[in-house]
Amino acid sequence: MSNMSITEHRPDYEGSRLGMWIFLFTEMLLFAGLFLLYSVFRTRYSPEFHTSSVELSRTAGTVNTIILLTSSLTMALSISVIKSGRRGMSLLFQSLTVSLGILFLVNKYFEWGAKLWHGIYPNSPELLQRGKGKTMFYGLYYLMTGLHGLHVLAGVILLTIMFIMTVNNRINREQYVRLENSGLYWHLVDVVWVYLFPVFYLIN
Amino acid sequence: MITGNSFYNAQDKHKGILSWILSTDHKRIGLLYLTAMFSFFFVGVILGLLIRLELIAPGRTIMSAPAYNAVFTVHGVIMIFLFIIPGIPAGLGNFLLPLQIGARDVAFPRLNLMSWWFYVSGAAVILISLFTGGGPPDTGWTFYVPYSIRTGTNVTLAVFGVFLLGISSTLTGLNFVTTIHRLRASGMTWLRMPLFPWALYATGWVQILATPVLALTLLLLIFERVFGLGFFDPAKGGDPLLFEHLFWIYSHPAVYIMILPAMGVVSEIIPVFARRTIFGYRLIVFSSLAIAFVGYLVWGHHMFTSGMSDLSKVVFSFLTFIVAVPSGIKIFNWVSSLYGGSIDMKSPLLYTVAFIFLFSIGGITGLVNSALATNIQVHGTYFIVAHFHYTMFGGTAFAFFAALHFWFPKIFGKMFRERLANTAWFFLFAGFNTLYFPMFILGWQGMPRRYYDYLPQFHTLQVISTIGSWILATGLFIMFYNLISSIFRGEKALSNPWGGVTLEWKTSSPPPVENFEEPPVVTGAPYRFR
Repeated sequence: MSNMSITEHRPDYEGSRLGMWIFLFTEMLLFAGLFLLYSVFRTRYSPEFHTSSVELSRTAGTVNTIILLTSSLTMALSISVIKSGRRGMSLLFQSLTVSLGILFLVNKYFEWGAKLWHGIYPNSPELLQRGKGKTMFYGLYYLMTGLHGLHVLAGVILLTIMFIMTVNNRINREQYVRLENSGLYWHLVDVVWVYLFPVFYLIN
Repeated sequence: MITGNSFYNAQDKHKGILSWILSTDHKRIGLLYLTAMFSFFFVGVILGLLIRLELIAPGRTIMSAPAYNAVFTVHGVIMIFLFIIPGIPAGLGNFLLPLQIGARDVAFPRLNLMSWWFYVSGAAVILISLFTGGGPPDTGWTFYVPYSIRTGTNVTLAVFGVFLLGISSTLTGLNFVTTIHRLRASGMTWLRMPLFPWALYATGWVQILATPVLALTLLLLIFERVFGLGFFDPAKGGDPLLFEHLFWIYSHPAVYIMILPAMGVVSEIIPVFARRTIFGYRLIVFSSLAIAFVGYLVWGHHMFTSGMSDLSKVVFSFLTFIVAVPSGIKIFNWVSSLYGGSIDMKSPLLYTVAFIFLFSIGGITGLVNSALATNIQVHGTYFIVAHFHYTMFGGTAFAFFAALHFWFPKIFGKMFRERLANTAWFFLFAGFNTLYFPMFILGWQGMPRRYYDYLPQFHTLQVISTIGSWILATGLFIMFYNLISSIFRGEKALSNPWGGVTLEWKTSSPPPVENFEEPPVVTGAPYRFR
């Protein structure tokens, strides 16, 4: 219940955070639709999903999970240090977060590359020949990790902009809601991966 | 055109048209939406008239069968995605929400402008899709697979346009919900908020929580066409029914995006012209939220004949009956509000009463559809066409027209001609019923929707329906002539011509840029006359 006056057009910290949370709900629902598809096909093609899951590189998945979890930590640290005015530290943590994000994408690139090299990609003759269950598994794999990868890429771009704004002192100990909101977005991307990792790499 | 301290005369860093299309003022953005939407509405009406003209006689009349498929598809896409979904919230909601809650603007003015640009881009992409590639889509507005994957028409581009419109709608919902949480005037507690903002609030949540699923569904359809993932193709292991599920998980809540704001409008107009407080304020609020919530759980009733387990059919049917309860509560509350009031039958109330009548017919025939046994008889027939035109046109669009008349003086600072508005109302009401009522009978007799040709026994009713479409078009013409010419030549309006008591009537007509000279303070419930 807010009783704030609206005479002046001052930035509304709580409002910005609320808007960001609502945006994150929409992102969650976007992925929720895909998890719905996943559960339908997983039920229908249980055995094939098991055998396909074994073919994925658990090492690559685990490394990427560690990368993203660490990047969430550095993200959180960059916000907590900017609140106490340590801008240099914050810039360091932000650049670490961006680097880890890029590292995640590079790892993903090699992982996808290996699969493409074996002729496994949507609608490929090799994949279709392996049967319906595998076609669905790899379709979902490319779609869901691909959409997630796009979100990582968007996050990397967003955090780069935040970095520049911090350098220009437009993000500082008084005004850090943009950085905080970008952090929320980055954590969402992380959380989505935390679900993607087990459903594709671990459950078999 | 308009003098004085109004937002039309505001000094802006841009000049001319740029001061509109780059403006972050919610009032200007609202007018941008209204202009764009009614331009598309006009195109949609023309296409609708062409459909009716083609159906005036069996066999080929004015166009080929493929052209007919394209025309009814584009009619649906335009009317649904470009007119009625943005409709009342994006147009009038943008203009009035901040005024009604005593705010200076929405929570995120720049995001608001961005939403409008998404809307315009989506519309442009759809328009381009009509004239490029394989030509306009011919799938029907629902884009059902497998046909939407196989057809050579320009479905991919059109669907991408709808995707952009979805982003616009989501962002508007996000903006409004945040605005209502954060920017209500001092003293305006939740239960002192007028009912139009309440309706926008409920709508906002539906936009936020349902539209992403549409976005995903449309992306899947695009990927399906471009990469052949196979999720909807049984030959590759997929299932076309999944598309229907995903589509209706959004598109059923979407009908509440269309109707809830209209219900909010009705709840605003009735107390003003009955000179009496609204009956059952809390129940109207509660029923809006209930509709928004239960509306998520009924999508399966679009698929009773598509293939579903009997248990899920029964559950979906039951929930559909449940969702009719809050709508019924609203109807009773509106009628009770009129009871014992000193009713002043001005044009806005006339349109509102038509809404109650037409929407009741639409709602009750909805129950015919939701009962499993009768659904099998009427599914995919003209009965459905009549039903959703009674709710969407007779309901939402009539409320939209009521709202346009009601807030016209506030928006433009001018009065329209009452008599002409009432004449237009007569043509609209008579034409509407002549156009759509025969479709109930046609559908009951078994005339399938979307068919190009029909059996001779349907001829008479088809002719009556087509005649109705011309009466309706005459009514629309008179109404828009009246409104548009009154913008330029109407009498000057007072700040509160109808004697309303909500906050928007406490500022001048048209409002100044900052909306209120002094930030308003609210001390009691809304709708207290005397």
